[in-house]
Amino acid sequence: MKFSRVSGVSAIALTAALALAAPASAENVLRWTSQGDALTLDPHSQNEGPTNAMNGQIYESLVTRDAALALQPELAESWTAADDGWTFNLRKGVKFHDGADFTAEDVVFSFQRAKEEASDFKEQAKSVAAVEIIDDHTVRLITDGPNPILPNQLTGILMVDSGWAEANNVVKPQDFKAKEESFAARNTNGTGPFKLISRAPDELTVLEANPDWWGKGKFPGNIDKIEYRPIANAATRVASLLSGEVDFVLDPPLQDLKRIEGADGLKVSTVAQIRSIFFGMDQGVDELRSSDVKGKNPFKDAKVREAFNLAIDKAAIQRVVMEGLSFPTAMITPPGVLGNTPELDESYGFDVEKAKALMVEAGYPDGFSIQLDCPNNRYNNDEKICQAAVAMLAKIGVKVKLDAIPKAQHFPKIQNRTSDFYMLGWGVPTLDSHYVFSYLLEGEGSWNATGYNNAKVNEITKAITTQTDIPKRTAMIDEAWQIIKADMPYVPIHHQVIAWGMAEGFDIPISSDDSLRPRFAVKK
Amino acid sequence: MFTFILKRLGQSVLVMAVVSAISFSLFNFVGDPVNNMVGQDATREQRLEIREALGLDDPITTQYARFMGNALQGEFGLSYRIKQPVDELILARLPATLELVFVSALIALVIGIGLGVYTGIRRKSWVSRTILSTSLIGVSLPTFIIGISLIYIFAVWLRWLPSSGRSGTVELGWWKTSFLTIDGWRSIILPAITLSLFQLTLILRLVRAEMLEVMRTDFIKFARARGLSERAINFTHALRNTLVPVITIIGLNIGGLIAFSVITETVFQWPGTGLMFIQAVDFVDVPIMAAYLVFVALLFVAINLVVDILYMFVDPRIRLGD
Repeated sequence: MKFSRVSGVSAIALTAALALAAPASAENVLRWTSQGDALTLDPHSQNEGPTNAMNGQIYESLVTRDAALALQPELAESWTAADDGWTFNLRKGVKFHDGADFTAEDVVFSFQRAKEEASDFKEQAKSVAAVEIIDDHTVRLITDGPNPILPNQLTGILMVDSGWAEANNVVKPQDFKAKEESFAARNTNGTGPFKLISRAPDELTVLEANPDWWGKGKFPGNIDKIEYRPIANAATRVASLLSGEVDFVLDPPLQDLKRIEGADGLKVSTVAQIRSIFFGMDQGVDELRSSDVKGKNPFKDAKVREAFNLAIDKAAIQRVVMEGLSFPTAMITPPGVLGNTPELDESYGFDVEKAKALMVEAGYPDGFSIQLDCPNNRYNNDEKICQAAVAMLAKIGVKVKLDAIPKAQHFPKIQNRTSDFYMLGWGVPTLDSHYVFSYLLEGEGSWNATGYNNAKVNEITKAITTQTDIPKRTAMIDEAWQIIKADMPYVPIHHQVIAWGMAEGFDIPISSDDSLRPRFAVKK
Repeated sequence: MFTFILKRLGQSVLVMAVVSAISFSLFNFVGDPVNNMVGQDATREQRLEIREALGLDDPITTQYARFMGNALQGEFGLSYRIKQPVDELILARLPATLELVFVSALIALVIGIGLGVYTGIRRKSWVSRTILSTSLIGVSLPTFIIGISLIYIFAVWLRWLPSSGRSGTVELGWWKTSFLTIDGWRSIILPAITLSLFQLTLILRLVRAEMLEVMRTDFIKFARARGLSERAINFTHALRNTLVPVITIIGLNIGGLIAFSVITETVFQWPGTGLMFIQAVDFVDVPIMAAYLVFVALLFVAINLVVDILYMFVDPRIRLGD
């Protein structure tokens, strides 16, 4: 009696399991996870990793990048530069998910929306002064003067249907001051390869392939359905891959890669990331805030900056702290960004004796004390890198007090210029050195807390925004980097490495910008 | 009895005011939300504008007064992070947390009292000793380690249960419940056990200690002398007299369960208020943190009030003394 009841229960469980398993084989489902969920589905409201990753499946931009980060046509088929801007020929026959046609009017509207006060993309859209309709499928993006890299700056600006936005009262992105939630935060209408089916924030978002997508058949991808479950805890994220509940993890912690690789049916791919990690030294102020040197600023002396660069052993950091997963560098921008060359990227080397000699020459034979500000939840092993640097600098007599704190407290120190010596990482969405110069090296750069202010570098930063002769422009960029390499306003540490973990049944091309591109993802 | 409850209510309001003031003053040290709200491209002027618009530069007392003024009108504002109304966000996530807490409290109570009584009566048997020494795991291991170990055993190794998330929910109006499907139970079981272990151990040890105490008292000896059955002595006379401290601890600890659920929910990606709170701290999402802390304070206060009232039923002396 008891026996039969048990087998009855297991029979029910078995049928339930079979019923659950059946639909999975009918279509190609990609189940994936990463740390955070999209904050909103409004395409212009938040310029932030997980949000862009989600919205980039549903919405599209005029120009996009492939996994090798080469520019590719998306909603524009081709583009040509003109004196006062660029002409874009739009793709014909493209429809939004609700059936509306994509036309030049939507491009005008989308740029307007992206430039709104409440938009988080207004800096990227800033270079487009106005959009002029030439015909239904041709637009001219007018710039203030010639802009040689405009297409690079447009890959993040997603296109929205003007009619849909008006009908639903989402002509502007969500405002911080508003009391109501915007309709566009949970509802979408893009032209992209996937449509939103259901969404429970922080739980599960389901997207389904758009059968009317213009790119159908033109890309190798064969994914019918995407299920995205954010998992905040890194160990749990890895466990869900090991247990087969997800097929793909975007951000496995570096220390778990060996474990994933060792597991049956799983693999890891790695690639150099478009993000460099470095220390900034404030050479602008007259007296450092945290140092025992009074009345002068040791960082004003290039010899001290060189000594710091020579004393920090980047190769040892790569070997010991990063377990090999980093590329030591002498530049604060990685390969893939226009301006990075192997010669410039060649490390300053590691030479404690020379560093000590430089410190003596500079008048600090016994070193000095200083505080190093460091985030502890932002970059790969950020705090450990700083700890290693503290020990290395001690060898040339510099007594470093480490202040490793969460990013929400760390970044304001850089913003408010209250740090003497700090860690920062920088990614380059435009893949052009101008993005690095204008924020980190130009005297007025909003993230330049080093006080570095070189007239020639400032001049080049300005000049390359309008120089359309590409070889000439590239030569100018190179000249600026030569100056920077000699001046050493920063201590470059390394370029980060991206690692993805996935099931062996999937072929997903990894990319330096850490974006999943499902249109290239193949389930075997 | 009525004045007793009124007095307690008055104290509760005071506690709430103090808790919210203290928690609010702590937000100054969490960091600057603006960096998380705008991209790295934003200019310094834009950052300053947002600080101004959000009133982040006002003195903390002004910010607190503004928060309390709005809160009293039921206005908790929009989350900085997801820009949705905070009260809606908390309400949407509350069922997940409450169900998790309910299941783990049940596990802790049933198993804790059961084992407590058993080890109290059979205090010399090897079973009792094994239970007592293994129960130390519950108090000595951090929740995080217990959770991850359970995930590796039951999800990765045995593949019996899902490693994380809350699947199989059914919507009953605005309340999403896990209790109506097998999948729902499968996903709640690991986080519930993780969350319950600490409380279970506590209840077990408390009940055992109280049982040992009570068993030595004269009225148990008299009961034995009267020839009552062991069962009647153990459960009617002994257990009932251990319950006053147990109820206090349980009452306080249901609040504790909700507080501990922050870690459990993060480990299991359980979409409740605890997970939301951790994400809010990370982002410096002040409206969510403020509303959540007020909510937790309210919960503690309410539970304590209920506990006080329960006392009167369990122990008549308290009622008489009032």
